[in-house]
Amino acid sequence: MIVRELELDLDAFEGPFDLLLTLVLKEELELREVDVAGIVLAFLERLAEQDALDLDACGEFLVLVSALLELKARGLFPEEAAELLELEPEVAAEELARRLAEYRRMKDAARWLRERLEREGERFFRLGPAPLAPKPETPLAPQEPERLARVIRLLAKEPAQVSLAHMALRFPPVSQFLERFRAVLRRRSRFDFDQELGGLSRVEQAVAFLALLELRRNGEIAIEQAAPFAPIRISATDVEREDSWTLRSA
Amino acid sequence: MDAPLRLISTNPLDQLARTLEALLVVASSPLTVEELAEAAEDDAERVEAALGLVGERYREGRSGIVLEHVAGGWAFRASRDAAQACARLFEKPAQRNLSQASLETLAIVAYLGPCSRPDIARIRGVSADSAVANLVERGLIAEAGREEAGAIRYRTTPLFERVFGLESLSALPRLDDVGADADAIRDRLHAVAEQRSA
Repeated sequence: MIVRELELDLDAFEGPFDLLLTLVLKEELELREVDVAGIVLAFLERLAEQDALDLDACGEFLVLVSALLELKARGLFPEEAAELLELEPEVAAEELARRLAEYRRMKDAARWLRERLEREGERFFRLGPAPLAPKPETPLAPQEPERLARVIRLLAKEPAQVSLAHMALRFPPVSQFLERFRAVLRRRSRFDFDQELGGLSRVEQAVAFLALLELRRNGEIAIEQAAPFAPIRISATDVEREDSWTLRSA
Repeated sequence: MDAPLRLISTNPLDQLARTLEALLVVASSPLTVEELAEAAEDDAERVEAALGLVGERYREGRSGIVLEHVAGGWAFRASRDAAQACARLFEKPAQRNLSQASLETLAIVAYLGPCSRPDIARIRGVSADSAVANLVERGLIAEAGREEAGAIRYRTTPLFERVFGLESLSALPRLDDVGADADAIRDRLHAVAEQRSA
């Protein structure tokens, strides 16, 4: 007889003893759930089927099952195991006997409950959720409708218009700069853009530049810049013509 | 032979009895005398007397509805004569297929409760987790506070008393101390102990 092949049919496990041991050792089966007495019974039944007593099998089984029992006991009473070990053998025996007796009483109680359930099998009664407890009404504190109306009136008022003035960009008219540049060019034949407009804001400078482009489109001025970011020099077209004429005549 | 059901009577308690019938037919769990007295706006003594009248009207063999004292209160149930008809139409989810493990756990909670899962495991020798969860789901036991160490304690519910037809937990029988078996176990353990210490 091979102990490890012993077939078991327990609540927590069904299969060969060997697999049970493997699962327990791998901690895939909770030993606390395993009915060790069931294993012993299965073994005893198998043993009874044999003609001769298989001492080897008995020995192996005893070793395995006692190891299982010890593991299970440690799992169930992690602290008490140590307590029991410290007890005198007589006291420990007394404690064990007390526990066994307690379990016996509870088994008897369970038997009584089962019999009672069978006797009372004809009981049918209404079952339902617990009725809702009546909740005391909480009355509202005395209210002032006029106060509510005042608050609503406040909310209903159209809000003041928010000024966006600080966010707007103000562009000076291009014509302003057209006049200005023409006036400058009447006094001088050429001028430097940065020098003339250095003190103005970026927006004003941009508008001034638009005015320059406008003058250039009309052919009133010539624009020069030696290199990117170099000073922009503006000259009246008449001057440019005179210069070129001077150069040619020279 | 029993007199036919008589709802009109000269008995001054009759009006109260009818009110109690109404309360009990609406209730889905047993009502105590105090609850009945409060709802009927009458005193407890008269309610008890009126319950006697109702119990006389609704008893086995006389009515399909039976008044019973159960789970600390009063409730109607179906008469035993009608049990088979009831069984054809209604389930009994609380007590159907109660396993041995569940019954043992239930017995421990009923006799020793409130008690925790470790308490139950200590007595039964196997983990009580699944049995306890199962009984909680059936509504036969319920949580009842915690131990100092933090473990949840359980006690039986009024439904347990109803299912088992108990007036209260004190109606559970006193379990006689286990006799010869326990003594024999004790003697054997003592013998082993003596051998070890020798």
